[in-house]
Amino acid sequence: MTSAPIRLWDFHGGIHPEQNKRQSTQEPSAQARMPATLTLPLHQHIGAAAEPIVEVGETVLKGQKIASANGYVSAPVHAPTSGKIVAIGDYPIPHPSGLSALSIVIETDGRDEWVRYAAKQDYTETNPSHLRNIIREAGVVGLGGAGFPAFIKLNPGSQKKIKTLIINGVECEPYITCDDMLMREDPQSILEGIRIMRHALQAERCVIAIEDNKPEAYESICKAARGVEGVNVALVPTRYPQGSEKQLVKVITGKEVPSNGLALDVGVVCHNVSTAAAIYRAIHLGQPLISRMVTVTGKGVKRPRNLEVLFGTPMDELLAQCDVEADQIERLIMGGPMMGFALHDTNLPVIKTTNCIIAATRNELGVERPVMPCIRCGACADVCPVKLLPQQLYWYSRAKELDKVQEYDLFDCIECGCCSYVCPSNIPLVQFYRFAKGAIWTQEQEQKKAAQARQRHEFHQMRIEREKQEREARRAKKKAARPSAAAPKAPPADGAKIAEKRRDEAISQRDSAAAARKAEIQAALARVQAKKRAPQKTAEAPDKTEEKTAPATTAERAAATQKSAITKKDNATSTHDDDQPVQ
Amino acid sequence: MPFNTPTSPHQLAPTSITRVMMLVILALIPGITAYVWFFGWGVVVNISIALITALSCEALILKLRQRPMLPSLSDGSAALTAILIALTLPPLSPWWITVIGVAFAIIIAKQLYGGLGFNPFNPAMVGYVMLLISFPREMTSWIPPTALTDNSLDFLETVIFILFHTLPDGITFDALTEATPLDSLKTHLALGNTVDEIREQLGVDEAASRILSVIPIFGTIGGKGWEWVGGGFLLGGLWLIYQKVISWHIPVAMLGSLFAISALFYFIDPAHYATPMFHLFSGAAMLGAFFIATDPVTAAASNRGKIIYGCGIGIFTYVIRTWGGYPDAVAFAVLLLNMCTPLIDHYFKSSVFGHKKG
Ligand code: SF4
Ligand code: SF4
Repeated sequence: MTSAPIRLWDFHGGIHPEQNKRQSTQEPSAQARMPATLTLPLHQHIGAAAEPIVEVGETVLKGQKIASANGYVSAPVHAPTSGKIVAIGDYPIPHPSGLSALSIVIETDGRDEWVRYAAKQDYTETNPSHLRNIIREAGVVGLGGAGFPAFIKLNPGSQKKIKTLIINGVECEPYITCDDMLMREDPQSILEGIRIMRHALQAERCVIAIEDNKPEAYESICKAARGVEGVNVALVPTRYPQGSEKQLVKVITGKEVPSNGLALDVGVVCHNVSTAAAIYRAIHLGQPLISRMVTVTGKGVKRPRNLEVLFGTPMDELLAQCDVEADQIERLIMGGPMMGFALHDTNLPVIKTTNCIIAATRNELGVERPVMPCIRCGACADVCPVKLLPQQLYWYSRAKELDKVQEYDLFDCIECGCCSYVCPSNIPLVQFYRFAKGAIWTQEQEQKKAAQARQRHEFHQMRIEREKQEREARRAKKKAARPSAAAPKAPPADGAKIAEKRRDEAISQRDSAAAARKAEIQAALARVQAKKRAPQKTAEAPDKTEEKTAPATTAERAAATQKSAITKKDNATSTHDDDQPVQ
Repeated sequence: MPFNTPTSPHQLAPTSITRVMMLVILALIPGITAYVWFFGWGVVVNISIALITALSCEALILKLRQRPMLPSLSDGSAALTAILIALTLPPLSPWWITVIGVAFAIIIAKQLYGGLGFNPFNPAMVGYVMLLISFPREMTSWIPPTALTDNSLDFLETVIFILFHTLPDGITFDALTEATPLDSLKTHLALGNTVDEIREQLGVDEAASRILSVIPIFGTIGGKGWEWVGGGFLLGGLWLIYQKVISWHIPVAMLGSLFAISALFYFIDPAHYATPMFHLFSGAAMLGAFFIATDPVTAAASNRGKIIYGCGIGIFTYVIRTWGGYPDAVAFAVLLLNMCTPLIDHYFKSSVFGHKKG
């Protein structure tokens, strides 16, 4: 470890919600029990869903690939234990929509028998692109909660120089302690993973950021990092949402990631501590990503703690292992209480992005209060880490003034929830933003379609017009030709006519050539547009990367939540719905 | 077992409008205490009448608009408006003055615009200005601080006077009242006296000593009793800033600009302009800076906007006090700046993260 303390910077706003972390760190982490069946959704990450490569009835070994990545932004899925494939079909997945999606069900055989993969201890000899390939094939995705395929963020491209690799051990959301536990218990794996990532990125330096509410983790990591050249451990003051990538980049480097850009644009790459450990296992041990640390907490369980869980394990088994009081649960949350989403049921599998399950009892997260009108108190603007004006966004979202919300930079909102958290009027601000984002995407799609239709229509009109002109020209020529036939002895005139006709022909030929060219361009345009549309259609949750606010993911969420959320909110705010803001 | 699935964030801070309003009301207590100490029980009677009126009017309108009553009545905003109006009225105003002012503020200035959060103008100040314009005589009949007169009324006498306009034997209304220091200063200056002349009379003329009290350390500051009331509001205001209920921007900008502009004129011509301290501690300056101008509904939103807004109020207050037709001007200045709020908000936005600063 390079010991000089590094300079820290500040970001605007943020909040200090009740931590609620201590409950789940009382005892060391444990292995979750092996369930009878594992249900593995094929879409556990950001990007396209994986495609199954096994058949029902097939037996598989632990670590065997059972579904392969579909395209660049995608990740394969591996069997978390040995057993038999008993079904491939639609099963409920942990998703805000509460929908089902294609999943593979494995009946476990209890032997837990590994498939053999080659381990690569000599990664420094291996070229980065090969390392990335191994990581990709191991199905490693960002384990901080977003689930973006990790190998992509290890590929800076030939242009970009990586100055800083930030390892995110901030874990700023309340309740979640899985990274904390991992840092306490297995710092070595994290540091090994960091070495691999630095090699792959050729990063100049590395900073491990840990919030100061985790002194044990900090100690543990410092000890492991002692003597490692170019690695700094930074203890950052606890504040939510510091773990959000752009905010963390600001805190560590002082640089603001541009509005539409990536951390890469300022020479930084961010990875989570758990991702580092997973990369270590993939490279050194040849083990694909088949399990993760999950915090099971909330007042609904009597024994909150962290468990190492195989993917596909039903959540009710985990809750049972933590002594759940099922009738006490009022809300079940996957992720943290600030950005996580509420699940419909306990009967859902743990997936790669399940960092925490909160079984919250009634009023555990705050007493429900009536929604009141905005009093423009500005508390929301004071805490917004993106320096937006949430109350203005709220006015315009509610009034459905979609141009205005964009003018106020709606799309820079990271949906961190700080504004809703502090609002004394208890306005569900983030719901309004999701709704507005959804509405804008729908509108854009429609506009695109309309533009295409208009183009087609104009082209059609043009053709009809030209055909008409050509017909008229022919008729005129015929008319003109008749008198010339009556007077054959007028060679000069006749010659002139012929010349004229030739010219006419030439012109019409040129016209039709132009038309053909135009048609070609049109066709090419249409192809390009179709191509652009295509990935949006196929990828259920495209480009939401950890760096980038994701149209579709949020769109999906918006669509899913729109109905329940907005109708609920409408009811809630209906007391003021006919009151227009007086501006 | 299907659960509720509201969207994130799930955890919410234990805050509410009621809590915010209650903190503000709590912060008014030092000022109110000083007020009662120096000006008698009338203040308390006025506040009570105002509270009853405000809540009744609010309930009436909510019923007419068929809105749920409890959340709005218990949010504390009507109560705060009522208290603020009561604090700007002369302590011995007849009851109907208070009732008309508060009813106007709640019904016209607040509810007709759509209720809390939708009113472009500060309701308390609208009520006050309406009274000042309609009933100038009643609104300027102030009583002197009780310490300076033998004719102070006890609680019961005050209630009886306010409700029935009858005084105990041997006391006349004129004997009870007198103009406020700001008012007297204005009248004297208008008569051609200089501040020095007014001060010269200090030792001889007792009436003048009520106009400008002299404290050796500060020189001349606000009128007797008034500086204590101002100090009380200052204290409460600082506590609100400490509690993060209000931000420092508006009070500092307003008092700072009021101080700066009065200092400027005082140094140019001390004979005809009052001292900066006099301006800060007279009339509604302190109350206005911490409790009225900071009303979030009608103030500018961004921090830079708030500073512009506060400065505007400070400067207009001085201008109207010094050259306008009314002795105190905080109310007018606040309403003027309320009008500018949308404009200020439009031009002063904070620079969004990741966007080029401009
Ligand atoms: S915190 Fe709530 S009440 Fe205050 S300005 Fe923001 S939206 Fe309005
Ligand atoms: S949710 Fe959006 S608007 Fe609200 S605080 Fe976070 S970034 Fe700002």
